[in-house]
Amino acid sequence: MILYDYALSPDCYKIRLLAALTGAKLTLRAVDFHPGGEHRSPAFLAINPGGTIPVMQDGTLTLTDSAAILTFVAAKSGPAWLGDDSPEMRARVAQWLAFAQRLSASIGKARTHDMLQKPADIVACRKAGVQCLREIEAALVERHLTGDAFLAGNRPTLADIACFPHSMLAPDGGISVDPYPAIRLWTRSVRALPGFIEMPGIHRLHDLKPEPVGVPE
Amino acid sequence: MTDPIRDEWYPVALVSQLGPEGRDTRLLGEPVRVAWQDGAIIVTSGGHTLPSQQRYGHVWACPGTPARPLFDIPEADQPGRRLVDVGLVRVKCSPLRAVENFLDIAHFPFVHTDILGAEPHTEVGKYDVAIREEVDEVWATKVHFYQPQAAKSAAGGITTEYMYRVPAPTVSILYKTCPPRPGEWDVITLFVQPLDEELCEVWPWMALFDDDTPMTDLIHFQQTIFLQDRSILENQLPHRLPLDPGMEIPTRADLTSIAYRRWLKRRGYTYGAQLVAA
Repeated sequence: MILYDYALSPDCYKIRLLAALTGAKLTLRAVDFHPGGEHRSPAFLAINPGGTIPVMQDGTLTLTDSAAILTFVAAKSGPAWLGDDSPEMRARVAQWLAFAQRLSASIGKARTHDMLQKPADIVACRKAGVQCLREIEAALVERHLTGDAFLAGNRPTLADIACFPHSMLAPDGGISVDPYPAIRLWTRSVRALPGFIEMPGIHRLHDLKPEPVGVPE
Repeated sequence: MTDPIRDEWYPVALVSQLGPEGRDTRLLGEPVRVAWQDGAIIVTSGGHTLPSQQRYGHVWACPGTPARPLFDIPEADQPGRRLVDVGLVRVKCSPLRAVENFLDIAHFPFVHTDILGAEPHTEVGKYDVAIREEVDEVWATKVHFYQPQAAKSAAGGITTEYMYRVPAPTVSILYKTCPPRPGEWDVITLFVQPLDEELCEVWPWMALFDDDTPMTDLIHFQQTIFLQDRSILENQLPHRLPLDPGMEIPTRADLTSIAYRRWLKRRGYTYGAQLVAA
């Protein structure tokens, strides 16, 4: 599986994260999104006419949507992440995968605006981002009342992988996550998963790390 | 009359990324436009053309009267180096905070975990710091630190040697052990464009010996490192860099920062600084 990747992209990171959690092997192709704008080059547009990252290629299959890529990686390497325990869980996963597009379009855009000076209606993006965070917070509280710690049920699924990165990176775009205790607790749960990997702005839980062992000189 | 702030050179654009539309930006709180005109790049502000030049991949401009030539990086012209335009990152912090953070080693194991540092290797050994009067620059030398992945070209952990150099108030240059070419130094710079006293655009740039790593991977490596710093920088208090000794208690590892602050104060460079005790 070849992933066209950008180190700072939350949508690329979620694919890398799922691969790390499921043990899937990815071949990374770094795309010079910034400053080079390689995603708008003819060569890249020939692969994905939409000019977006991430893109996955596997054999003759080309996937240009992060929900589709997550679904593919899970189906191949970790079917439990699809969340097929019940019709309700499966439907919730589908709903959160769709919801994640709203996160990319709001928090994601606010972030590339504030960090990399990409164009955006920053006020509208932040407003929509806050609305998204409020919906996640409310959903998580509702889940907690039934004893579940994750978005689609009592165990982590693609729903969490799809929504976690933007939720944690909201401060990069000037959106505070301080008002959302359920989100903060949930992001800790995701970061505590065995095999978790980080990206800039999403740190590992140092306090859950095993005692460091000596590194050879 | 000289002005210690306006008479400095500042980065305002990346030459390779300046499109026909030009770039509208800010410098020291004032609007600035960088544009192509008859095949040349000119920088204007408030109806005036500013002194400008192209060097180290960037367009440099001086809002006042240049007090000195742009600092020299002789390694930039050394054959065989790859010159890496990392691209701008905007940070809501004082331009001086951005430089100071770049000079700090002690945060590596905690912010750049498993790349530039790792627990339990947290000790910053003794190193030398001097304000070199003849060139009026801050230099830190003989800095040693254990790094799990010091550079994209480093296969495993190595003890890296560093030198830090501050040749201008909003510029920091780091020289570090070059894994594929012992005896040479990799050059990694941070060029900071002060938009306001608490907002800056940072332009990292590198001159490396590394023939193998694809350019995009070099860019992503450096962006990853710098973006790990960004959220820390945006949360530092006080927002402006205190130049007077106050409530902060520096440790031995902070010697470079102390010299930098002292040097800024001596030069009267107070843009983004706080002069009452913190």
